[in-house]
Amino acid sequence: MKSHPPNLTRRRLLASLAAAPLLGPALAQAQPARPATRAIPSSGEAIPLVGLGSWITFNVGNDRAARDASAEVMRAFFQAGGRLIDSSPMYGSAQDVIGYGLDKIGRPPSLFAADKVWISDGDQGRAQMDTSRRLWGVPRFDLMQVHNLLSWETHLPTLFAMKAAGQLRYVGITTSHGRRHGDLERIMASQPIDFVQLTYNLVDREVEQRLLPLARERGIAVLVNRPFQQGALLDRLARRPLPPWASDIDCTSWAQFALKFVISHPAVTCAIPATTRVDHVRENLAAAGGRMPDAAMRARMAAFVAGR
Amino acid sequence: MSEWWTYNLRDLLLFSQRTYYRLFELHNQEWWPLQLMMLALGAVLFVLAWRGGERAGRALLVILAVCWLWVAWAWHAQRYAPINWAAGYFAWAWGVQAVLLGAAALWGRFDAAPVNRWQRGFGLALLVLALVYPLLSPVLGRGWAQAEVFGMAPDPTALATLGALLVLRLRHGGWLLGIPVAACLVSGATLWAMASPEFWIAPLAAVLAAACTLACRARRSASATV
Repeated sequence: MKSHPPNLTRRRLLASLAAAPLLGPALAQAQPARPATRAIPSSGEAIPLVGLGSWITFNVGNDRAARDASAEVMRAFFQAGGRLIDSSPMYGSAQDVIGYGLDKIGRPPSLFAADKVWISDGDQGRAQMDTSRRLWGVPRFDLMQVHNLLSWETHLPTLFAMKAAGQLRYVGITTSHGRRHGDLERIMASQPIDFVQLTYNLVDREVEQRLLPLARERGIAVLVNRPFQQGALLDRLARRPLPPWASDIDCTSWAQFALKFVISHPAVTCAIPATTRVDHVRENLAAAGGRMPDAAMRARMAAFVAGR
Repeated sequence: MSEWWTYNLRDLLLFSQRTYYRLFELHNQEWWPLQLMMLALGAVLFVLAWRGGERAGRALLVILAVCWLWVAWAWHAQRYAPINWAAGYFAWAWGVQAVLLGAAALWGRFDAAPVNRWQRGFGLALLVLALVYPLLSPVLGRGWAQAEVFGMAPDPTALATLGALLVLRLRHGGWLLGIPVAACLVSGATLWAMASPEFWIAPLAAVLAAACTLACRARRSASATV
């Protein structure tokens, strides 16, 4: 149930090389250091520790200038070694904007497409996922998640059937803002899901108690949303300078400080911060490189933020 | 969404303030110079409201019905819907209000008695507010390009409608207030979630308009009883 073909097949590698000229001169420039990766427990496939969320930031409607700006964020994301982009039908025009951006930057073959099914009527799930797939312009999603546990009892069997039929590669379920952790725990304990998505950051740490240990125990990959509390955490932290010891873990900004805390948890597979800025996406990906905090440093980071 | 009541309004926000106000810029660009015609129409609305009378009242209701229908289609259905899935429902609500205003223009009955002085004054003030609403954008640093104009954007259109309904001597016209008041409250909540400084204007005006209508009606009933 939980075995998957390795992602980087010979065919995929050749396709990547063939598509390289399409990515434009920018991608042909010297590449920065690749972000560190972590394996998806159910398959062993490694993905970068930092991905790209699309909540709010990519919901720009039909605004051509904003769509182009979103495409540049995606280009910078792939240039910096990113792979996983996450979206949802709930996010307004975000899926369409992602499809537009992928077209514009030449559809990087390294894309790991993660989306969600978000509809009460279980019978409409497949139709919604098909619409999402067309908006992204991908042949299939790598990961499909049940958004905020909505009608999960009816959607999960559909997703497992699609996975068995090769129509997607991984099945997941999401929650956010620390809600319904009890339900999530029961699903993690009873269902053969590959991924779980939840909120985790320097302040919202409830998941450390049960959900993250359970994910490790059950071999479930963890995507982390709201690593910056939608920017509110960084706004608070930005009032004071970084502590000098942040350089011990190669942090040059509060965003990297916050991200390194999240992705250094051994149960976390990938954090998915969202941004509208190219410099921020590069800064985020850079957080997946350099030295990572150990348990003692993580405790120091959390205590420092709690004491502010 | 399960447990939706446990969410903060800001948790439910789908777009950024920058994206929202950029919509007005694109909207204004696409329909320029219709804004000038709408402002002129707004001035006509004010004159009709000032003059009063049944014929002026019916003409005023027809103008408002057209504006509501236009905003339903051009703003909610065409412009706002791509970034907010709820905008489709808003478009229907605005369309319903257009029909109600049109029905009131055709079949509404007008009182001979004059409107309360305070009610009339507040109604005219709301109409003026709706006409000068575009000034908010440059005052708040967003520039003229993102100005919200009566007849083009929802908030000034709803405010003008509330003002006009206060001034009109339309019998049983209170039921026409429901959708404009709701529109102002929803808009205020959205602006608050986006941390826009003007979030309080439309909701406050709506609440005061509703309170004014209810108070004046109660006073009239009391007078009739005496």
